[in-house]
Amino acid sequence: MTRFTAWRRRPWAGYAVVLAALAAIGVIYAGFSPSTDRAEAAGTQAQAQDLANGKTLFNQNCASCHGLNAQGTKDAKGNDIAPSLIGVGAASVDFQVGTGRMPAMTSGAQVPRKKVVAPFAGVEGKKNIEDLAAFIDSLGGGPAVPAVPADGDVALGGKLFRTNCAQCHNFAGMGGALTGGKYAPDLLETTPTHIYEAMLTGPQAMPVFNDTTLTPKDKAAIIAFITQTRAEPNPGGNGLGRLGPVSEGLAGWIIGIGLLVLAAMWITAKKPKKLKKT
Amino acid sequence: MSESNDGSTEPTTPKRVIGTPAPAESGTLLTSGTEVTDVDVVVGPQPGYELDEAGAKKAERIVALFFIIAGLAGLGFMVYFTGWSGRDGGMHGIERAQESNLWLGGLMTLSFLATGIGVTIWVRRLMTSAPIEQERHELSSTREDRDYFTAEAKQGALDSGLTKRPLLRRTLLFAAAPLGLAPLFLLRDLGPLPEKKLRHTYWGEAVRKAKEEGKQGVRIVVDGTNAPLRASDFNSPGGIITVLPEGIEAEHDALTLIAKATTILINIPNEQIKPVKGRENWHVNGIIAYSKVCTHVGCPAALYEQTTHHILCPCHQSTFDATDGAKVIFGPAHRPLPQLPIAVDAEGYLIATADYPEPIGPSFWERG
Repeated sequence: MTRFTAWRRRPWAGYAVVLAALAAIGVIYAGFSPSTDRAEAAGTQAQAQDLANGKTLFNQNCASCHGLNAQGTKDAKGNDIAPSLIGVGAASVDFQVGTGRMPAMTSGAQVPRKKVVAPFAGVEGKKNIEDLAAFIDSLGGGPAVPAVPADGDVALGGKLFRTNCAQCHNFAGMGGALTGGKYAPDLLETTPTHIYEAMLTGPQAMPVFNDTTLTPKDKAAIIAFITQTRAEPNPGGNGLGRLGPVSEGLAGWIIGIGLLVLAAMWITAKKPKKLKKT
Repeated sequence: MSESNDGSTEPTTPKRVIGTPAPAESGTLLTSGTEVTDVDVVVGPQPGYELDEAGAKKAERIVALFFIIAGLAGLGFMVYFTGWSGRDGGMHGIERAQESNLWLGGLMTLSFLATGIGVTIWVRRLMTSAPIEQERHELSSTREDRDYFTAEAKQGALDSGLTKRPLLRRTLLFAAAPLGLAPLFLLRDLGPLPEKKLRHTYWGEAVRKAKEEGKQGVRIVVDGTNAPLRASDFNSPGGIITVLPEGIEAEHDALTLIAKATTILINIPNEQIKPVKGRENWHVNGIIAYSKVCTHVGCPAALYEQTTHHILCPCHQSTFDATDGAKVIFGPAHRPLPQLPIAVDAEGYLIATADYPEPIGPSFWERG
């Protein structure tokens, strides 16, 4: 009997094989699934610091989908492939480009948040986003990049968040699923300005909360609630996404009870023995 | 399961009971009274091993080591609890609680776990397991026992005079009867019936009060800030906001009233709205109001996708089409979300002109 044959007849060999196969599938999947970090970085370093720079950036990064005049493009059925950018305003550009959603890699159910790449990354990129936003703004109005008021009322923010945001983004801002592959993203990393811009412009499936419905003071309160909630430590250790009983139950049942079942099987798999006669 | 039980000398093959080891292929069974000396006789070939003294000694030391670890962890728990955890006279915030939870929980886990591991190794490495045999006896009592019991019971009934004294028998029955019937009367606590409470929301009451004051209807305010909304304030297509009737927060049972009156106001491009027949003027230039309470089991249905105009309920994925009278297009809900008739008053503020035309929320018994 070879060593391998002996090994694979061990009682735990079956579990080990299943674990190894799962790990292998995970690694292979990670290798084949497209990375969202490799967005197309088309631009050369633009030099002009004005609308012309914005127009250049637009032509290089946006025009392929949104059209040379930012009028948007439609498919054969008349559905939007890329929406018109006339009148979306500077806030929308700052949000979409500043969170890495635009330039998009593919058109799917939802354009995901990803790492901001050149020419929009870093300090220089910030200027480029401003120039691009100024160019889009020049095409026809829309909300400007807002200044977030300081000292939001966290209690009021909690109330407004629970009645108007929590249904999609979860009560702790962890995000959640919508229909047809769309989802509400988590709010763990989103900057206060980007949160404000999202409320103001209603990106993708998100509804709009304009400044006359929820005033800048109300929005500052919501942002204060989000930033305070996500900064809170988890007294029990790992928060499991703070999704509440769902994730805790899942971990308890599958991991906890699974381990207990395995342990029970191992303990009771006792072979009969006898004392050696001396 | 042995020959001596029925006196027969024929070896029998009883049905296998779940949980017991399978009989050996030979069909030979253990005879009772035979001292078990060799395990292999009982249940065929078994991959066991013999316990030798050196191995036993080693296992013993390992078990002892785990027990010592468990004991030390238990002592550590007590020391940490009295010494570290309560130092400076308290917890002082959540970071301290976190650290304390980690150490107390960790030490207690270690204590239980090490004890468990020690006992398990003890059982698996040190204990021998001779087969155990347990005789079954007949379930029923013997003839004599049963006869004796019957005679005693009869004698007892005779002694008590239960048959001879009907007054006692009947009053005893009377004494016991209420105890038996009482639980039926406890069912009264399921009531009282909600009567008309489930049929109306505070919108109706608020509209009635406003009309008494000579207004057209009650103003719609944002839930949380109580700010009244003008149609020109809520003017962005794709907007949604949770709203309440003005004045609801001043009522003494405001939370109960809000739970029923909570409403979502949605701004849909006017040309996309397909108004329900008879409700053509219930929306204000694309601003439309629906109950936030799902008609399935009453969850807050307010996941609104401005691209598809679908309202989703997070509990069971009921989906309503906001452009088409909140008609159900998916999920277990049966009725559309009730629509609130709204209009604009002289100053441009959004107002509700009546209560919901039907009861909001899920079905209930009296709804019919």
